[in-house]
Amino acid sequence: MFSDYAVVGITIIVSLGFVAVAIVSAWLVRPKRPSKLKQSTYECGEKPVGSGWVQYNVRFYLFALAFVVFDVEIIFLFAWAVVFKDLGIFGLIEMAVFIFILLFGLIWAWRKGALKWV
Amino acid sequence: MRLADYVVDTYRAIYDWWVGMGLDPLFLEIIKYLAQSVWILALVVIIVLFLVWWERKIGGHFQSRMGPMRTGGWHGWSQTIADALKILQKEDIVPAKADRWVFNLAPLLIFVPVLLTLIVIPMGDGILVKDLNVGILYVFAVGGITVISILMAGWGSNNKYSLLGALRTVSQMVSYELPLILSIIGVVMVAGTMSMGGIVSAQRNLWFIVIQPLGFIVYIIAATAEANRTPFDLPEAEQEIVAGFNVEYSGMKFAMFFLAEFANAFIVSAIAVTLFLGGWQGPLFPSWVWFPLKTFAVVFLLMWFRWTFPRFRVDQLMDLGWKVLLPLAFLNILVTGLFMLYL
Repeated sequence: MFSDYAVVGITIIVSLGFVAVAIVSAWLVRPKRPSKLKQSTYECGEKPVGSGWVQYNVRFYLFALAFVVFDVEIIFLFAWAVVFKDLGIFGLIEMAVFIFILLFGLIWAWRKGALKWV
Repeated sequence: MRLADYVVDTYRAIYDWWVGMGLDPLFLEIIKYLAQSVWILALVVIIVLFLVWWERKIGGHFQSRMGPMRTGGWHGWSQTIADALKILQKEDIVPAKADRWVFNLAPLLIFVPVLLTLIVIPMGDGILVKDLNVGILYVFAVGGITVISILMAGWGSNNKYSLLGALRTVSQMVSYELPLILSIIGVVMVAGTMSMGGIVSAQRNLWFIVIQPLGFIVYIIAATAEANRTPFDLPEAEQEIVAGFNVEYSGMKFAMFFLAEFANAFIVSAIAVTLFLGGWQGPLFPSWVWFPLKTFAVVFLLMWFRWTFPRFRVDQLMDLGWKVLLPLAFLNILVTGLFMLYL
């Protein structure tokens, strides 16, 4: 009568509700005395220098690209793993070829120094 | 008679009464699911209260201290309850420069994946909210939300430490998610199903740790990183970036991050038990004794790691993930495939 995922939706509502209730009940009992100093950005007691949103060198950019490639592959791997018993040797070889092509790319990137923390 | 059968019988009786009254069974279904998620919620809170106390006791004894001793009498058993009441009364400070929406939504979002994951984990014979047929894939899919929430917290705080912590979380996720998920492909291959209940019953005769030792080792290492625990607690790293993504949080919002962190440690252990250690199955004792017993044993292992190993550096961590664990996880899949075909 209900989809399997109805319980997932209800659980999302319950968990959001729990956090909301916890924060609101704290709001009822806690003190509220904001001051300028209290609300300043924390930098170990020093006066904050500039904005917190600084330019940041995302060193793992290339890792992230490789991650996306492999992550998509994993979805395919799951489907393959479930029916692996029926596929037999044919399935194993085919998947080995598929993984090898991806791993070859990874090894190439590795040799080129893309996986180095620079 | 199984414990779960009593619940099923009671539900059936209520269902008959409900339909007998001429009411729509749809509403009863909704009430049932609500009750189930509230039960999981209560379970999470109690487990976390216990785990925080337990971690402090274990940490204490690892360092030849006693840990909390006074609150409540016996070995300070009510220390975390007192802490929770205290944190309820703490002022909630929102930095003036913070992105208020993102800052306030992050603690709301971090708790969602915790409950969502626990509804598919079988905690005993039939003690399971919903055995989704994509079980284990679903667990990792919703588990990914945690990273978004931490990134939101780090970005929304408008604080340099928070931003560093958040970006470290992302880099950690990028290097550990792959070995983590690949390590369980072997289990799915052997079990031939992704449903958590199916995987447990596939281990009726033999625990998967016996045929998947490599997978288990890769899983435990990657899961420690997934739960942001030492030696992979770089997003928090108190000694370098104060507390990372949750520097600016205080009061109940901080408590939510804390709650989610310990709940995640429990969840990765529960998944390890379900996938590799035979789930709730075991001789002599009933299933609802075996599951907590095994899970807390794995949690103890994680705590042991935490109080033994020093923290990794970010580049070491990414190297370990990409150059050691990822090839090992692929090797595990290949070996599993060959064994299944020729043995």
